[in-house]
Amino acid sequence: MEKSINVTLKIWRQAGPKVKGNFEIYKLDNVSTDSSFLEMIDILNEQLIKERKEPIAFDHDCREGICGMCSMYINGQPHGPDGEITTCQLHMRNFHDGQTITVEPWRSAAFPVIKDLMVDRGAFDKIIQAGGFVSINTGGIPDGNAIPIGKNVADEAMDAASCIGCGACVATCKNGSAMLFVSAKVSQLALLPQGRVEAAHRAKLMVAKMDELGFGNCTNTGACEAECPKNVSISHIARLNREYLSAKFQD
Amino acid sequence: MWLIDSSIGRKLIMSISGVFLVLFLLFHATMNIVVIISPAGYNKICEFLGTNWYALVGTAVLAGGFVIHILYALYLTWQNMRARGTQGYAVTKNQKSVEWSSQNMFVLGLIVFGFLCLHLYNFWFHMQYAELAGVKEAFAPADGASFVQALFSNKIYCVIYIVWLCALWFHLTHGVWSALQTVGLNNKTWLPRVKVISTIISTIVVLMFMSIPVYYLLGLGSCSCC
Ligand code: HEM
Ligand code: SF4
Ligand code: FES
Repeated sequence: MEKSINVTLKIWRQAGPKVKGNFEIYKLDNVSTDSSFLEMIDILNEQLIKERKEPIAFDHDCREGICGMCSMYINGQPHGPDGEITTCQLHMRNFHDGQTITVEPWRSAAFPVIKDLMVDRGAFDKIIQAGGFVSINTGGIPDGNAIPIGKNVADEAMDAASCIGCGACVATCKNGSAMLFVSAKVSQLALLPQGRVEAAHRAKLMVAKMDELGFGNCTNTGACEAECPKNVSISHIARLNREYLSAKFQD
Repeated sequence: MWLIDSSIGRKLIMSISGVFLVLFLLFHATMNIVVIISPAGYNKICEFLGTNWYALVGTAVLAGGFVIHILYALYLTWQNMRARGTQGYAVTKNQKSVEWSSQNMFVLGLIVFGFLCLHLYNFWFHMQYAELAGVKEAFAPADGASFVQALFSNKIYCVIYIVWLCALWFHLTHGVWSALQTVGLNNKTWLPRVKVISTIISTIVVLMFMSIPVYYLLGLGSCSCC
């Protein structure tokens, strides 16, 4: 049932990467509970533009939970209070009338703020560039059943591949560790024959890049898994550890 | 050196040194239980592990294990605080599935370390060290049972030791499964099992140690019949 609520928004405003930021308070009335969180921010921005104020900068693109761009830390949780969704899939029905909603950018040394709620997640691209691809010649398209792959293995690889690189895992981790992301990207390839060939090399390169970019050391708290919109499991982190350690011991 | 330069290498050292300490604790606790069963038997063990070369080498290796574990803990924790960045969140919410101990390993480790120093002073300083330095103590160096009884006749010490062991329990319930995860011995099926194993191991270790102050606190250790 559609309803309207009035909310108070406490939003982080920061003019640029080097500038000191602070919270601004905004009141927004008559927000439909059927609107998405980003639509609600759009309405606020329209209001700000009408008042000739600077609108709030935030990342978004697909608005259907597949690109991973929408990054907001809402009331102490990446992507807000609802489980297994991105911010664009969050709806205002998760909030109640008169509630104060605090919105912050991802905060992590490796993800510097660009402006307001936008952060630079280029570090993830650099990790992918370091080894998150297959560069061997796999030949033409083989027959569907020429290389049998177990259902459980295919499922694991698919689960790992569902990572959208949103960075919620880093944002929520008390250690600012990127292990869930890296382990998903290493696992999705290491589990399948095409990716297996370069698996050891890839694990070493991607972990080295991750460390170089200043992400923290994983202490297996599991906060990443709890906040991941795609439910990527920390069992992939165990696989990454295995891949990496066996590669290092082989050297 | 990848064991210092890479995050997974550092975690490997943390994990191996941690498991080594857990194995030591199991060994230590098994010997301690003897003081309840037979104080005379306990003294035999104290004599056997006095100041001969194998006891000294064992002590040195053990101290090395602690030093490595603590140095790496300091380094990892410092790096992790840096990676988190200078600006913290104004609002944070804890997830139900995240164990409290996993977020507080360093603090728990510090508590364990603080009491460890007290413990070394209570026993090691008066036993092995006194024997080495030739200092005369109230009891003979190998009369461990009397040292234990003397310390735990003080109820405050009993309570202090029990509190210490609780902190250790929290450290280990996360530590043991985390160590297995770090070396890669884990997968989706085993994740819940590994956590149960971890709880069982830490509970066994802690209960074995705790039985001794509890035994004396209940006044069972001072009767003359045994
Ligand atoms: C009897 C003493 C101790 C035992 C048996 C023990 C055992 C362990 C184990 C098994 C782990 C898990 C390793 C991993 O996550 O891979 C661990 C982690 C840890 N320990 Fe200890 N520990 C002891 C004392 C200490 C002390 C004295 C400190 C610090 C002052 C400390 C600080 C830490 C920290 C910070 C971690 C987390 C490291 C991480 O997960 O990256 N521990 N410990
Ligand atoms: S592992 Fe999950 S939380 Fe981390 S980047 Fe991928 S989708 Fe986002
Ligand atoms: S905007 Fe693409 S996942 Fe939210």
